[in-house]
Amino acid sequence: MTAVTFVLVALAGGAGSAVRLAVDTAVAARWSRGIPLGTVVVNVSGSFLIGLVAGLAAASLVSGELVAVLATGLLGGYTTFSAASVEIARLVLAGRGWSAAAYGVGLLASAALAASLGLGLVALVVGVR
Amino acid sequence: MTEPSGDHSPPAPTRGITWPHRRSAGVVFVGGTLGTAARAALLAAVPYDATWPLGVFVANALGSFLLGLLVMVVARSTRSRRIENLRLLLGTGVLGGFTTYSALAADTVALASEGSLIEAVVYPLASVIIGAAAAVLGMVMGNTVASGGRR
Repeated sequence: MTAVTFVLVALAGGAGSAVRLAVDTAVAARWSRGIPLGTVVVNVSGSFLIGLVAGLAAASLVSGELVAVLATGLLGGYTTFSAASVEIARLVLAGRGWSAAAYGVGLLASAALAASLGLGLVALVVGVR
Repeated sequence: MTEPSGDHSPPAPTRGITWPHRRSAGVVFVGGTLGTAARAALLAAVPYDATWPLGVFVANALGSFLLGLLVMVVARSTRSRRIENLRLLLGTGVLGGFTTYSALAADTVALASEGSLIEAVVYPLASVIIGAAAAVLGMVMGNTVASGGRR
């Protein structure tokens, strides 16, 4: 990775993080019960988008540099793993082990499904697998 | 994770959407840039192994531990603008940017599509379990540190 790409990846991550705050704030204003839905919304939508990027990369429609800026930078910054881990930890420490497992596995399965949908959508449109 | 408060309270909703305070977004942008730079540097330093994306795995486990530590220290502190800025800079910004869920999802799908079905199940589950355990450890340690300093 060149120095310029590295800086662009980092700045894209900053932008993605600010968008995450905006989405989280907007979701939290409407949903304040139970699990923080904002973390789920950003991680599932970000996983769908990274699936699109991976599909475009597989079809050689985007350069490696742009993939780094979009995937490692923008979407890496937009999605977050640490907030999800702390949410699971809170449930575990509250003695709600089953809720913790359901949240952890549910988010994981939703994110993986979203990523495969993004990938599949590009394959469908572009016709490349 | 980002319940706003005090000076950072979002302005009144416009057209049904509640936006974060502009200053909060700036603080998170700076933190997210630093966290993403740290993750990109880690990914470049760790040799890439398609069957076990170690760089992302380490970033997610370490970031989960540190966020656990941070949330307990913040929870034990008196609410102030400085503490709120620190939470946004380090928690939502640096650690939110340092860790990533999208790479975990993409790597999992890549493993599955390559036919590495066992890795496609073990890698993401191990990430989530280790990440949660690291966050529990961080929260317990943060609780001890924060209450120890008070007494």
